[in-house]
Order: sequence, then structure tokens, then C-alpha cells
Amino acid sequence: MSRDDLKATFFAECEDLLDQLSEGTGELEDGTATEETVHAIFRAVHSIKGAAGAFALDTLVKFAHRLETVLDRLRSGSLVLDPDSLQVILRSGDMLAELVELAQAESDEEPPQMAELIESLVALSGAEEGGPSAPEPDEAFEFAPVAFMPMSFDAPDEEPEDVYKIRVPAIADLFRNGHDPFLLFSELVALGQLEVSCDASALPVSEAFDPDHCYLCWELTLTGTMTEASIRDAFVFLDDICEIEQVSGGSAALGGDLPGLQSEEGPMSVSEPENPSLPQVAAEEAAAEPATAASATSEPAAAEKSKAAKPAASMPQTTLRVDPERVDRLINTVGELIINQAVITQKLLASGMASNSDIMSDLDDYQYLARELQEGVMAIRAQPVKPLFQRMQRIVREAAYGLGKDVALISEGESTEVDKTLVERLAEPLTHMIRNAVDHGIESSEKRTAAGKPAQGTIKLSAAHCSGDVLIEISDDGAGLNRKRIFEKAASQGLIAADAKMTDAEIDNLLFMAGFSTAEKVTNLSGRGVGMDVVKTAITSLGGRISISSRPGLGTKFSIALPLTLAVMDGMVIHAAGETLVAPLSSVVETIRPKPKDILPFGREGRLLSIRGTYVPIVNLAKLLGFPTDAEITSDNILILIRSEQSGLVALAVDDISDQRQVVIKSLEGNYGAIEGISAATILGDGRIALIIDTDAILSLAGHFGRDMASREEMDYAQTATMG
Amino acid sequence: MPRPQQWGDDDLLEFVTLKAAGQSFCIEITQIREIRRWTPVTALPHAEDAVLGVMNLRGAVIPIIDLAARLGLGECEASPRHVIIVVAIGSKTIGLLVDSVSEILTVEGSQICDAPTMGGGDIPNSILGLISIEEGMSRILAPEILVPRGLTDAA
Repeated sequence: MSRDDLKATFFAECEDLLDQLSEGTGELEDGTATEETVHAIFRAVHSIKGAAGAFALDTLVKFAHRLETVLDRLRSGSLVLDPDSLQVILRSGDMLAELVELAQAESDEEPPQMAELIESLVALSGAEEGGPSAPEPDEAFEFAPVAFMPMSFDAPDEEPEDVYKIRVPAIADLFRNGHDPFLLFSELVALGQLEVSCDASALPVSEAFDPDHCYLCWELTLTGTMTEASIRDAFVFLDDICEIEQVSGGSAALGGDLPGLQSEEGPMSVSEPENPSLPQVAAEEAAAEPATAASATSEPAAAEKSKAAKPAASMPQTTLRVDPERVDRLINTVGELIINQAVITQKLLASGMASNSDIMSDLDDYQYLARELQEGVMAIRAQPVKPLFQRMQRIVREAAYGLGKDVALISEGESTEVDKTLVERLAEPLTHMIRNAVDHGIESSEKRTAAGKPAQGTIKLSAAHCSGDVLIEISDDGAGLNRKRIFEKAASQGLIAADAKMTDAEIDNLLFMAGFSTAEKVTNLSGRGVGMDVVKTAITSLGGRISISSRPGLGTKFSIALPLTLAVMDGMVIHAAGETLVAPLSSVVETIRPKPKDILPFGREGRLLSIRGTYVPIVNLAKLLGFPTDAEITSDNILILIRSEQSGLVALAVDDISDQRQVVIKSLEGNYGAIEGISAATILGDGRIALIIDTDAILSLAGHFGRDMASREEMDYAQTATMG
Repeated sequence: MPRPQQWGDDDLLEFVTLKAAGQSFCIEITQIREIRRWTPVTALPHAEDAVLGVMNLRGAVIPIIDLAARLGLGECEASPRHVIIVVAIGSKTIGLLVDSVSEILTVEGSQICDAPTMGGGDIPNSILGLISIEEGMSRILAPEILVPRGLTDAA
């Protein structure tokens, strides 16, 4: 494995770990966190730090380390989670994700808020008291791998194993001195088989509980071929407090150094556990706790142990990482199988086979199986939208913090599965819309309170499957669109006539027009030169549709309908100049069989379609694509009305429409190259290729075509004249 | 005549010979993926004349090029008797429409002659070398030259 491969694996793992992290912080935020949540968060940050260290990603390591220290305190109970510390932890999680992104982009720059966050983290880590020893647990942990060396050298397999009992008494100042039993014990795990039992009977549950105080004591049984010195190494900072006792093993239980040991530790171990300040009742009440406390302590230790034993096992085993290319190949082959099936069916029918014959019913089974297979293969690429939605949590926090607003994001349908490519390509438009919702949608807390709404604004992000599509909705409970302002803005930008009569919905849709922006001042969030038109283009390019609805004072909702996968799309099979083409259904507004009086000449060859009081240019599709045709546009043609953001409505004149169906999208660029006006190809039931038209490109081509038409005709005419 | 540099004297080479516009050409066998019968293709917009269109090769979309037209030897009137030679050129797979495929030639590097330099047209640039065969000579095609114009950068 090359270094690059390793790094790629690191980032892939980081993605998983960051998901775990944001899941955990999410639970912290909505109060569903358990003790295990905190451990999981800690482990995620710790793993990222460890791996980042291996790649010398210093900024990342530095930040992860600070965060880890704070999480460690949270885990040990010496830090109580209040809204402020929660905010810092949430933002730190976001920062960590950002740092990973930066590291992946090989950028050394430090995000602007990092210094400030580090300060907050340092404040939370209680550095002033535990300062010198705070980093210690990490150092001890990082050196752990070295400790396993003795085993391999002086301990061949047949050598009998030693058993050590280690007693860690309740050391009141354990946490205050920056120790973490978990880290200590993890180090022992590297040495041998470790059993941990925790005695939490001294834990008070009343007000007497001091989170900075350690009430727990532990009994550890370590079985292995380690030397006593290596155990002492692990406990170097607590050497004089803990009892280490060899209870069995080849090197004689009555080892000479044992008495010395005990005499050294005797006094401490007696005085500490019998803490006189603890009321007996409290201890008894706490008796219910030990089980949970003990399991919570030993469970991470066990997890850590299996990790140390075989690193690969630490990955969640329920998922499989597959090179997307392999999946694509599979999808391709299955698509081919389906086409092949259609070809066979067609040929058999053409050869006069009765449709109720045995072989045809076998073919039906074949078709059924092939479809099943296709769905199964498509499902491999499907991925829940959860990571994407979690990323939006981050965006909301960042944006709300930046704007000083109080906004909560509620997400629904996180388990909705969508094609992986779609998930990736949705990130950008969603980010933009979420930022917009925080920036423009949600009002300030004062305004909200004045309007009788809760001070905290809510943005709802939901995903659901809806008749073969994925429906994603982003709604806010803000002020709604200011239609008056949108109208005036659009008029002042010359996008519409100042006296235009428009319905509310039409005004709302102005947001999607190119170049439109309502931001009155350029904040650091908006004014990035990205408008809703870009969002719309992005959604359209994914074969989706976006719509908007808004109610004054109650909020705005954007609805996005997307196909489940990019490998298949709904298309309209059309014919022009003897060629079969496919038009993406998502951009078709309607199809029209025109009456002769609806087609009006415009210029020498131009034609306009009169439809419901407006005039739409008609473009001869075959001619536009350079296919030989000399047919005039007449009422025999079928007109397909398509819409684009740039050119508005255009009517494509074609000869015929034969079908509406799902088509498997095939790239043209692999073996040929990009063709203007054509986005891809597909294979029809007869095995032949049909080209899929790129409606946006067609429309811009049509734009030039229309403008150039007059001059081109002049030229043609001039040429013919000279030749003649 | 000197031998082209890319082949060593002792290299044992295999070429598939084919006929296009009545002339014999050959392509190194390692570049050929398969040979198929002609089937109608789907025309491409704004393509150069030699690009006949695209064909479905087990799920892949491959462009079909009229070899004779591409070499400036006149267009070929395709029929089911014609043959498509599927060639791998760099990362692209392209089909060449030819009249027929004749035989496989096994030659040593020393039997290949350099093509003489002649001005004008595409032919001299497309021919890597010449091999003497019974009925005259066969021209070794440089398939890179066959990639449609304007797409060579991407190949």
C-alpha cells in the first residue's frame, strides 16, 4: 500500500469517524446522550488525532488534542455539560471536520475561528490547575505500542503466563492531577489480557458528590507474559499509590521484589479507600450504580483492546468499502442484460412467436429476474442522506453563530437512501439554501419575539421517497418572502417590467432568475456570488426540479424532487430527421400538436408558436443538431415545449414522439467526446443507441441560432448567388 | 529502406491485415479488441464526415469511423458485408469501418520498412511502416491518427 493509498484510507475512515462524532454531538445537543455517547465521541476524536499524527497533520493533531482533553474531562465527570460548553464542543466538532477537509485539500491554512475555539477549549480543560499533567494521558497512550515489545522477545508461546493483580485505590485527586484510568488501563491492554472490575460503592448520589473527586477504585487482573517493570512503566505516575501483585506465574509467585513492593504501598492503600467523609447511606444508595459504572469503564477498555489486537476489526463490519468503478461496471452489465432481454423479446415476437408461448413466459421470468438484479445493484450505490443532513447541522451552527441568530435544525427522514453521487452533488446546493434560510429566512430573536414566535428559529430539513423520486424539503419558520422587495429588486435589475402584473407564485419564482439577489448588504454568508439560480441549475443538472412556496410571517419552503439515481432518468423518446433522440422529461413543460394558425412566420425562416397569448420561438431540432433535413415546420410537427433558466421557453419541433420511459444513461465522452447539445447516450430496446439531448445546451444553441439566423441566411444566399 | 524505430530487429510481431478503399492496411494485433459485422449506427450531430456515428458495443458507446474516408480515400458505402474493427487507442475504444479483414501476418521487426516521407494528405502521417506481402505491400496504421479530429487531446 502506498502512502497515498494509506492517506486515502485515512480520509475515508475520518469520514466515518466524523459521522460518529456528529451523531454523538447531536445526541449531546438534544439531550439523548448516554455515557457511551461521550465515550464514542472521545474515541472518534482520539482515533482521528492518532491517525492524523501519523501523517504529520499538525494543525489537526493540535486541535484534536485540545478537544480530546475537554472530552476527557467530560467523560470523567470533571466537566459538567452546560449550554456554553456544549456550544464549544459542537463547534469544535465542526472545526475538526473542517480541518479534516482542509487536510484533504492539502491546505495549511488555519480556519479563522480556530484560535478562538482553542482558547475556549483550553478554558474548559481547566488547564490552570491540571496544566502540567493534562497532556500526560495522551502521551502515555501514544507510547503504548512500544510496551508490547517485551512479549515478542523474551516470551515464547510455551512460557507460562503470569497473572498480576493491580489495585487502584480511590485516589481523591486522580482527575485533578490529570490522570485518566481509562487511558492507563488501555495501556495495560497492550501488555496482556486485562480484566477490570470497578468498585463504585463509595460513590455518593447526594449533593455530597463532587465531580472533581474520584470515588472509584479498581481491581485489575492482567494475564500475560509481561514483566513487572512494564506494568510499572504504565503506572509510572501512580507507582507509589497502586498495588501491583503477582499472583501466579513461572517466575514464582513469591518473587523477591514483592515484599518491597507491598511495604512501599501499604500505607497509601489503606488510608485512601476508607474515605471517612462519605456517609454510609449514600454509599448504599449508590450500590445500584456499580454495575453500570463498571461496565461503562470496562467496555471502552474492551473495545480498545480489540482495537489493539487487530486494528482492522475496529471498523464497523456492517459496511463494505467498494471501489465505485466496480459498482459502475456491475450496473453497466446489468443494464446491458436488461437491454439484451428486451432485444431477445423483440426478435422472438418479430419471428412470429406467440406471446403466450412457453418461451415467452420464460422470458417474462427472465425479465423479472433482471429487474430484481438491477434494483439490487442500484441499491449498492444508495446511501442514506444522514451524513449530508448532519453536515447541514454544522452549516446551521456556523451560520447562526456568524450572524448571532438562534436557529435549530430539525431533520427528518435521515435514513432515506439516495444514489451516492446525488448525495455528494446535493451538498453544495443544500448548503447554500440552508445558509440562505438562516441569513434571509429566519428573523432575529427580537423580531421573532415581537411577532409572537419562539425566539429560536427552526429550519426543517426532510427527505422522503415519493413515487420513484426523492423529495427533499427545506422549510423555515421565518418571516416568509418579502414579495414587495423581490418585485422591486427584480424590476430595478431590469429582470421584469416595473408595471408587470404577477401572481405571488410568479414573484417567488423570480428568486431563481439568473443574477437575482435580495441581500441588502453583503454579509460573509450571502453575497458569495451564488444565487438561487445556481442552486436551480445544480438541481436541474441532477435531473431534479425545485419549487418554492412561502407564507408571509410563517416561513418559506423549498421542495426539491430528484430522481433516485443518476444512472437512470425519465426520458421522452422522440424522432427527428429519421434519428431517435431522448429528451429529459424533467425539462419538458408540455407537448403540443399545433394548429396551422398557431405557427407564425418570423423573419425569413424563423417561426413563432402562439400559445395562450405569448409567442415562443420554434426551433427545428434536427436542423439545430446538423442532421440533414429540409422540411419546413408545419402543423404536422409535434412541438415540445422546454424551459431553461437562461432562455426561457422554447418549442422544439420534432417529427414524432414514440414513448416515455426510463433510460439507462451512457457516457459518450469515454470513447468519443463531448458534443454540443447532447448530454449522453442510451441504448434502446433494439440495441441501438439514442442520443439524449441536453436541453439547456440546446436552448443556448437555439439562442445563437435565432440571432445568427438572419446573417447566416444572408451569407448562404450570397454564396449561392456567387456560385450560381 | 530503414526500419521504423519502434520495432527492434528481432521483435516478432503480429499484424491483422485489412482492406479499405482497395488498399491493404494492417494494425498490430495487440491493439485490436474484436472484429464485428457492420450494423447501422446512430448519427452524431456536428461530427466530421469520417465519423459515421456511434454503436452499442455491449453497453459501451463507441464511435465508428470510416477508415477510407478518414484517410481521404473516399467514402465507404457501408453494408452488412463490411466489417468493424474495434481498436483500443489510449483510453478510448473506437470502431473502424473497413471492407474486409484478410489475414494475420507474423513478421520480424527487420521485415518492416519505414514509410517514405511524402507531402500532403493524411496518409503519410498515418502510416508507421510498410510490410511486403504477396500482392504488394501492407501499410501499418498508426491508430492514434484515426481518433476523430478535435478529440485527440483527450485520447
